[in-house]
Amino acid sequence: MLAASWRSPRLDAAPPEIPLAAVACEGVGCDYPAPGGVLAALTDINLRASGFEFVSIVGPSGCGKSTLLRILAGLQEPTVGRVETTGVRNNGKALGGLVFQEHGTFPWMNVRDNLAFGLEMRRVPVAERHAQARAFAERLGLAGFLNHYPHQLSVGMRQRVQLGRAFLSDAPVLLMDEPFGSLDAQTRWAMQEELLRIWGGNRKLVLFVTHDLDEAVLLSDRVLVMSGRPGTIVEEFVVPIERPRELQRNYREIREVSIQLWQQLRRDVRLGLGMQP
Amino acid sequence: MSTSVQQEREQRGRWLALGTGVGVLCVWEAMSRLALVAPAILPPPTAIARALYLALMEGDLLTHLGITLGRLATGVALGGTAGLLTGLAMGWSRRVRGFADPFVSVVHPVPKLALLPLLMVFFGLGEAPKVLVIAATSFFPMVLNAMAGVRQISPVHFDVARSHGASRRQMLRRVVIPGSLPTVLTGVRLATNVALVTTVAVEMIAAQRGLGSQLWLSWQIMRVDLLFATVALIALLGVLANRGMRRLARRAAPWLSERELTI
Repeated sequence: MLAASWRSPRLDAAPPEIPLAAVACEGVGCDYPAPGGVLAALTDINLRASGFEFVSIVGPSGCGKSTLLRILAGLQEPTVGRVETTGVRNNGKALGGLVFQEHGTFPWMNVRDNLAFGLEMRRVPVAERHAQARAFAERLGLAGFLNHYPHQLSVGMRQRVQLGRAFLSDAPVLLMDEPFGSLDAQTRWAMQEELLRIWGGNRKLVLFVTHDLDEAVLLSDRVLVMSGRPGTIVEEFVVPIERPRELQRNYREIREVSIQLWQQLRRDVRLGLGMQP
Repeated sequence: MSTSVQQEREQRGRWLALGTGVGVLCVWEAMSRLALVAPAILPPPTAIARALYLALMEGDLLTHLGITLGRLATGVALGGTAGLLTGLAMGWSRRVRGFADPFVSVVHPVPKLALLPLLMVFFGLGEAPKVLVIAATSFFPMVLNAMAGVRQISPVHFDVARSHGASRRQMLRRVVIPGSLPTVLTGVRLATNVALVTTVAVEMIAAQRGLGSQLWLSWQIMRVDLLFATVALIALLGVLANRGMRRLARRAAPWLSERELTI
């Protein structure tokens, strides 16, 4: 499974110079030192994604989803296995496609500098990066807030700044670690729509870790289901819903798929909570 | 409770403080004037104010003030800068922390004033040993706060910067320094305050000029009004320095709310 299995009408709008994005793991495992031995966080992870795919990873709490993302981002080394990425790093330098749950914006930078952070790290001249930040802020509806600091913004706005920073970084691969996990339900819906909209006009390969099954289905081409610790990928669902998708229009279909996901996950989630399987 | 009610309460507290202060001064003045206490031991506030005015305008208290300020500024600049650099390095690098921590732990508890005689043996009677002792006192609050400042930066911020391929230099400029700034500013304030204490102490012990030496001289000639006047001047100096630093902090870290600005 190399290219995305569907075509969106906006595919042609993607800038042509974006290099091929690809992420591949083979037999990746990760152990943490623990009192009296090691704690296996991940075991035998195999995954492939490439092109403009949107792939979500779901699993019970503590199954190592975030660890997997950190390994893919190069922030952490796997204990065993092989990781190959194109579009995550360039000459060993990370490209800035990581989006965090919260507190990912720098409190000491205003919105403009937060948005342009990746460009600044790549030594893009000030005028140029400010222009790009302004243009993207307009797309995000943040044009009036360029001089605000994160603490002056709502949580949803802060997350939009984080999304903007990742999209502006020009990294062909985005790795998102529960970016909407701490938002309230309404804000989360609005942010999901927003992400689909931005992604539609600026296509990238996205790996998206989430707890929210509906969210995974709404956003993704494929959803990978992980088992409880030690985490491994136990199932892959191809989401059969046409794009462009909308929460209100596709709600029934989304729910159908997410119920299937739940059936797959239920046992491990209950076990993780100390309940009868 | 709304902010305006809170502000009103705080404002009322301030008026009460002002009233109390003025009240104490009035009682003091009356007691002294009516000779309920010996005016030679507790001169009335008006006499102290007069002594201060005369010492500043006709005497050379202003020169002494300048000398004290000079020593304070040089000492804080030297010790504070050294402390800042050491503290940032200790906060950022485990290896540097492992190396420097034993030295800091051993030297920190030593009263820096105890080093003065030793430094005078090494550097003679000039300015060098005095300024070095002041620098040594301001070094430690700076080291500890700068180190704590870097260590309390959220790991997420380091991860974000690393995930954007930040170089070490960019990391320092855009994450380590601004992220530790609030705590560093607290360090600046603490360093300046202990340095002021040490400056006066050093001057009382080993200087011919400066506010501390004037304090000692006033005691020796039993000019209690001048004693009070000099103490008042030192207090004023401290208050102004803290005001100035708070302003500086607000300008240096505009992203901090009033509550986070602990300086």
